[in-house]
Amino acid sequence: MIEFRSVTKRFPDGTVAVDDFSLVLPSHKTTVLVGSSGSGKTTLLRMVNRMVDPSSGSIEIDGEDTSTLEPVALRRRIGYVMQNSGLLPHLKVLDNVATVPVLNGVPRREARQQALTLLDTVGLDRALADRYPSQLSGGQQQRVGVARGLAADPNILLMDEPFGAVDPIVRDELQQELIRLQRELGKTVVFVTHDIDEAFLLGDQVVILEQGGRIAQVGSPTEIMEAPASDFVASFIGADRGKRALSIRKTEHGFILVDGEGRAAGVLVGTADAG
Amino acid sequence: MNLLSEAIDWLFAAERLSGSSPVPLRIGEHLLYTFVAVLVAAVIAVPLGYLIGHTGRGRELAVGLSGAARALPSFGLIILLVLLVGVVRAPLAAVISFVILAIPSILAGAYAGFEAVDRRTIDAARAIGMTEWQILWKVEVPLGLPLLISGLRSAVLQVVATVTLAAYVGLGGLGLYIIAGLALRQFDQMLGAALLIAALALVLDALFAGLERVVVPAGVSVGRKGFRPTSNRRRAVMETSIESGRG
Repeated sequence: MIEFRSVTKRFPDGTVAVDDFSLVLPSHKTTVLVGSSGSGKTTLLRMVNRMVDPSSGSIEIDGEDTSTLEPVALRRRIGYVMQNSGLLPHLKVLDNVATVPVLNGVPRREARQQALTLLDTVGLDRALADRYPSQLSGGQQQRVGVARGLAADPNILLMDEPFGAVDPIVRDELQQELIRLQRELGKTVVFVTHDIDEAFLLGDQVVILEQGGRIAQVGSPTEIMEAPASDFVASFIGADRGKRALSIRKTEHGFILVDGEGRAAGVLVGTADAG
Repeated sequence: MNLLSEAIDWLFAAERLSGSSPVPLRIGEHLLYTFVAVLVAAVIAVPLGYLIGHTGRGRELAVGLSGAARALPSFGLIILLVLLVGVVRAPLAAVISFVILAIPSILAGAYAGFEAVDRRTIDAARAIGMTEWQILWKVEVPLGLPLLISGLRSAVLQVVATVTLAAYVGLGGLGLYIIAGLALRQFDQMLGAALLIAALALVLDALFAGLERVVVPAGVSVGRKGFRPTSNRRRAVMETSIESGRG
């Protein structure tokens, strides 16, 4: 469990990125921080592994105040996946994945062996192990990034817009992979995105942020869609534009769902039990 | 044309190996001065360049000083240092001036190499738990290597050209033939020695080109085009012939 307690971050130039932010991120669940630029979502994420230190307030991981922990040791037990993969260009794929275990003192042979298994886990062909990052596609690089994030078997995985720079088809694939992985591994995932569809797809808990890290609404995707807390939230999730306000229309051959502007959005196949 | 064939005759004459001033000895002196100067310059400039590149501090100062140092007239510098350090310690004065000439290229190569590393790569390295020291050795040094080698390469060429002038203060090297030839108006000897220096510069350049290939990490050269400060190198080689012509 990660807990933010009245966290404020003021940068030296005077901008307040996060103002009095409090939130509990439950263990083994995916929490998605979603907001536009300037909402402080990345700052919040980077405060978890002390890449950014709060100006006031505290962050606890399983009851332990992170400010008492050594940053390097803390970062090594938290997985980190970033946009554009952040792989080391001069290391082969396998050595990139094995980086953190090697830093932690695992013998290189053993670390590379584990890294091979991790390539399987993230759905990469083992034949790519000896390639360099620049020889991979953007989607493959992101998979390597995820494998590296998982290499030290961390409880927490931080993901900073990891699928922001890949094309929509690959993004869709990667999102499905992440859902599958999360079902198998049950990590505490903190995921940052500006894409509300991605947030609703991946998040158990979705946090919609306004400027300066103010929480507009926290809840499950269902709760947020059922009852947007404000006009800002309604507009952010697209309810006001009718994108999510679907209605049933009878046609000659059956029923379809249409959005607020009357365009076909899907078909009705039955009723799902609320999960 | 006549002069050129005479110069070549001079180069391949038997006395070049057996005479009182054999070519291999002069090449040895020439190379010794070059390598000592570049080595000392590297010991000073590489850590300094890394410090500037890693912290981002002092860059303006380094750029300014390097620019100024590049503009120093090498001949004037040697004479000045000989006068300052004393004629008895002329070798020291000469080596110091070669070191001063070599530092700017190496310094620039070292910090430019670090600056060329993608900030996001360094950020990622820190975020996965590398210490600052590990970021330096495992990320910045290997990724900055291509530019550092380029810097060393231009420093070596600059120095190998300038060592020619060492003979003027009585230190031997291939410049000795040129200085002596000038006094005796033996133009075949002067041109022959100039050709020899140019050839030496080209051989060293080829060696560094090979070195660059060997030490640059494969993943880096796959994605990036090689950096070649050709203008600088050509200038260094050209200076040899111009300055040797003037004496």
